Amino acid sequence: MSDSAAGGSAQPPQGEPGGYAPSVAERFSAFQRAGGLVVPIMTTVLAFFIAGLVVLVTTGSNPLSTYRAIFEGTGLTWFFHPGSYSVHVPFTDSTVWFPFNTNGLESPPTASSRAAYALQQTLLLTTTLIFTGLAVAFAFRCGLFNIGGQGQYIAGSLAAVWVGSSFASMAQFPHVVLGIAAAALAGALLAGIAGFLKATVGAHEVVVTIMLNWIMFWTGQWLLGSDGPLNANIATSTSEDVADSGKIPTFWGLGILQGAHVGIFMGIAALVVYAIVLNRTTLGYEVRAVGHSPDAARYGGISVARSYFLAMAIAGAFAGIGGSMDVLGWEYRVAASTISLSTIGFLGIAVALLGRNTAIGTGLAALLFGALLTGTSQRNLDPEVFKPELASNLTLLIQGLVVLFVGADLLILYAWNARKKLKRGEAPPPAQPEPAS
Amino acid sequence: MSVLAVAARPVGRLTTPQAIGVLGIVLGLVSVWLTLPPIHARGLGWPAVFAILALAAAITSITRGGGRVGWGAAATAILGVSLGIAAQQSGIENLDLVFAWSVLLGATLRYATPLAFAAMGGLFSERSGVVNIGLEGMMLMGAFFGFYATDRFDNWVLGVLVAMLAGAALAVVHAFFCIHLRADQIVVGTGINFLALGITGYAFVDLYGEQGSPTDVPTVGSPSLDFVGRIPDVSIGPVEFGGTFLQAVFGDLNWMIWMSFVVLILTYVVLFRTSLGLRIRAVGEHPRAADTVGISVYGIRYGAVITSGALAALGGAYLSVGDVNLFDQNLTGGRGFIAIAAIIFGNWRPFGAYAACLLFGFSSALGDRLPAYFAQGSATPLLFNTLPYVLTLIAVAGVIGRSIPPASIGRPYAKQ
Repeated sequence: MSDSAAGGSAQPPQGEPGGYAPSVAERFSAFQRAGGLVVPIMTTVLAFFIAGLVVLVTTGSNPLSTYRAIFEGTGLTWFFHPGSYSVHVPFTDSTVWFPFNTNGLESPPTASSRAAYALQQTLLLTTTLIFTGLAVAFAFRCGLFNIGGQGQYIAGSLAAVWVGSSFASMAQFPHVVLGIAAAALAGALLAGIAGFLKATVGAHEVVVTIMLNWIMFWTGQWLLGSDGPLNANIATSTSEDVADSGKIPTFWGLGILQGAHVGIFMGIAALVVYAIVLNRTTLGYEVRAVGHSPDAARYGGISVARSYFLAMAIAGAFAGIGGSMDVLGWEYRVAASTISLSTIGFLGIAVALLGRNTAIGTGLAALLFGALLTGTSQRNLDPEVFKPELASNLTLLIQGLVVLFVGADLLILYAWNARKKLKRGEAPPPAQPEPAS
Repeated sequence: MSVLAVAARPVGRLTTPQAIGVLGIVLGLVSVWLTLPPIHARGLGWPAVFAILALAAAITSITRGGGRVGWGAAATAILGVSLGIAAQQSGIENLDLVFAWSVLLGATLRYATPLAFAAMGGLFSERSGVVNIGLEGMMLMGAFFGFYATDRFDNWVLGVLVAMLAGAALAVVHAFFCIHLRADQIVVGTGINFLALGITGYAFVDLYGEQGSPTDVPTVGSPSLDFVGRIPDVSIGPVEFGGTFLQAVFGDLNWMIWMSFVVLILTYVVLFRTSLGLRIRAVGEHPRAADTVGISVYGIRYGAVITSGALAALGGAYLSVGDVNLFDQNLTGGRGFIAIAAIIFGNWRPFGAYAACLLFGFSSALGDRLPAYFAQGSATPLLFNTLPYVLTLIAVAGVIGRSIPPASIGRPYAKQ
């Protein structure tokens, strides 16, 4: 690609007299350079635009006011309500001045406190999505498509609820760490099966992880079912509650009211770890090399099998931790119905794709989808503007469109080429015939 | 001479390693069945005889290169002995309750039908070289739009046709992204599944609102098969609700189940007995070669993917209009993925895939009746639902004969 680009600039452009037109290769390289930002933004805008059309056509309501209501439901409007407030300094009794209202439980609720309350939930979902997104992204960088984030997430949440509801006599810090570690291990073991089969017999990881998802799904239904080992309530098919010592501390709001827990900082730390491991360690180098070209990596002395196994296991650990974030952070129990309704592991695919498998991109995409989920939830969307049941399906629609469009980078090239052809048609007809490609 | 050759051909076919393997599987199944109703063989004598025969067939088959079928026979033989012993531990009343064959076989067909439609559809797509993870989404489209159209027109035939159109429409999107835009087929399929979940969920809430699914929607009719009752009975087990055994199994199947048999045979004939099928398979194995001899790779792939969407939608429509007679969000609940499992387990062959669908359907039917063995409301039978996935894992791991996909599956083709 660089060759042709260099060739294009060294020689005077031919074919079109009277003006310089960049070659396709140059356009492509520009697209690649800009693609880091342009493609995800265009994708998102396009997906929201189409979803807006759906709203307009089916309900006749104004898509902009719908989106505005959803945006208000996300709690991101919190930053639009500056004022003079105070905030408690951790580990002390003193308070300091703060420009935003942190009290999400004000009564009667004001706009700023309602936003604070909603923002806490956005943070909760963003945390989990960072982890399930990284689970897909890490495997992607090794050339593997980990479609099993959902199963690994379930494995993690089951391990977390087991550890969290046992060992109640432990101190909080080791108990929480143990819970998260157990979840990571459970996720890594499950994904490790896929990595192992890929490494040894070449079984396609997509097929294996899909099967593992459903095996985990039904195993969860059994574990939490009436006479399952994790069941504590036959009527509701729920597990034992997580002991107080096993709960991830809440730093904003109240834990029982789904306040934001410190997991968000672990999520940000995980993004940093992801970037460092991938870009600054031997393991990351090997993983990326295998992802780029397994044959070249093997020729270069890298054990492809080892990379496959490790990449899947690490990816599974991320998704497993995601499960522990939900269970130990705010759900505090797992129900059979939660398992069957949860799709947050699948959403990780959209997060990773939209974030182009980079740390920053994954973080931002997790925030986008976390906010979207919160904004369209029954609790936060104003039903007078738009039905929350409709809006939550709108989220699925947007999610599907995002995955489709990101999957087809070529779509943008298509538009590019079409525009080029259009321009040619408008310009005075060039003397030379179009080369048959 | 030629007459002799023709007559010899079937005999030759019966001694292939595959045929011996199938014989072994049948013998192994017989050894289990002997201990179950209505025979209730006690003691190890007869079941052991059949199991040993099955094992002998298995060894013959494997040593002659029978592959998966041979290993399957060996597995059935071993399973036969152990299940036979297990069945003898259990009370005869319980066995009679669980293994009411007439009910079990009927339920097996009912469970297998949606899987079979989707699996046959998936076969077209995958044989042409396009992975179709979006089967689940296409089923869901068929389930909703089939139900809605049936409700609207008060006619299930029109409903099923609309379902096929809806599935085909989503398949066009899949085909365009996979074939023209050359996007990653698995990513696109994943997106298709989300999209279908969003579209059907949105339309369901928008059109039916709070009332939910109406209950007065016509269901798929059944052919009147009174003559079945007059066929001399060939019962292999007790009948629960009166009538002959054949009546109990086949008398109550609706039109769509019969249609699934037709689709199975058509799929086999089209894929393996017509020049169109040869083209589809050529495009899936070596698109460049196919292109060179003048086959339109894009055209064939578009056709195959759209067919797969329409067939998968039939499976979805069977669920909503033909079986439960209602719609709910995410009604398909992962059946599209079981269909993919069936394709893989059946080694990308129509009858293999259909056999896998029957096996998975039988495990679901058995799971429904097994609670007789467990305490009231026990969750343990839920584990039966993992069987399709575990078997598929074993199949892709190559423990008993590796599944081999079409050579160019998942690879976009760029025209020269």
